[in-house]
Amino acid sequence: MAHHNYNLTGTICPIPVIRTQDRIAELLDGDTLEVLCSDPGALHDIPAWCRIHGHSITSAVQEPDGLIRISVLVQKE
Amino acid sequence: MLAVRMVQEQGVEVEGINFFTGFCVEGHTHAIRNQDKNKKKRNNALWVAEQLGIKLHIIDVIEEYKDVVINPKHGYGAHLNPCLDCKGFMVRKAEEWRVEHKFDFIITGEVVGQRPMSQTVKRMPIVVRESGVGDRLVRPLCAKKLEPTMPELKGWLDRSKLGDISGRSRKQQIELTRLWDIKDYAQPAGGCCFLTNEQYAAKLSDLWVSRGTREYELDDIMLLKVGRHIRPNLDFKLIVCRDDGENNFAKGYKNRFVSLHSSSHEGPLALFDGQVNSKNLVLAARIVARYGKGKHASSVSILIARPKRQDTEELSVVPLGVDEMPREWIL
Repeated sequence: MAHHNYNLTGTICPIPVIRTQDRIAELLDGDTLEVLCSDPGALHDIPAWCRIHGHSITSAVQEPDGLIRISVLVQKE
Repeated sequence: MLAVRMVQEQGVEVEGINFFTGFCVEGHTHAIRNQDKNKKKRNNALWVAEQLGIKLHIIDVIEEYKDVVINPKHGYGAHLNPCLDCKGFMVRKAEEWRVEHKFDFIITGEVVGQRPMSQTVKRMPIVVRESGVGDRLVRPLCAKKLEPTMPELKGWLDRSKLGDISGRSRKQQIELTRLWDIKDYAQPAGGCCFLTNEQYAAKLSDLWVSRGTREYELDDIMLLKVGRHIRPNLDFKLIVCRDDGENNFAKGYKNRFVSLHSSSHEGPLALFDGQVNSKNLVLAARIVARYGKGKHASSVSILIARPKRQDTEELSVVPLGVDEMPREWIL
């Protein structure tokens, strides 16, 4: 199990979701991924994508500087 | 949404594919503009997938899609929308995905007669032929208006339970939402592609004409969604932001374009795209001054920053008067 970080600031919907989706495809069951985004839409879209694909969101917050930080626990069937 | 639900009713397992071409309306404009801050920021495709309980795969086709936009075999619709080529392209990509992931057939939400360019009785077979999908493409909502497909002939789908919808009315679709208790859905015929937008198409045409080539990169088409695009002459174009959201977005492009903003009055950030010389910069500065709080002032200071340079140049200019800026300059 490994932890990964992914900086997606400067990209806007749906690119943060696409990049997260593609990154998770490379990860293993039990890995964790922390994604940093600047598009507020990511706060809804990345958790939505994770829910429908069975991955767990361990936290999703908008920080005081406006950046979105989302932590995902990768769960593969 | 309805097409998926219709086959789910028959016990078929469905997964969704959403293609990102770069011309999608939703999301980007909401992410950028202040006036859209209160709109729901959901991605509709993801939202629909979640309502239906299906997986959704979002596929980046930006590079491959360029050829569809630049060289559409079947031409454009009312603006720069290559709908028929686009449909063929997307079904072809879906077919590639289907084969790779070992699914049995493809469904779309198309309805015969709903769209003049790509969804007519004559043209729907073109999509089948040119995409190479063969008889594995099912349009559940209007299946009974079309020849039976392989999944129907094999009994994977019960044709009698598929739809016979046709035409532009959404009456039958709305009845289905009631039948299945679907209370929220994307606006029918809302338009999801900037290429069908007259103003956007004019800006894309201008981009191609000014460059002398019909090429584009993702950043180019993203910037066409932002700001007022003002072209005083073939030498340059100015993108003048309309609110703080656009200003923030445009700041990300200061390392690529000369940028201008007022240091003496509140006003927008503008990106300069074209031939940089003193005559053009003065005119650009006067335009930027015209869109700020100093538009009636006798003089406005404009800071000009060049990509990858720390120093800035300051010009004092008279804001351009309303009668000095012909309507044709605004794309």
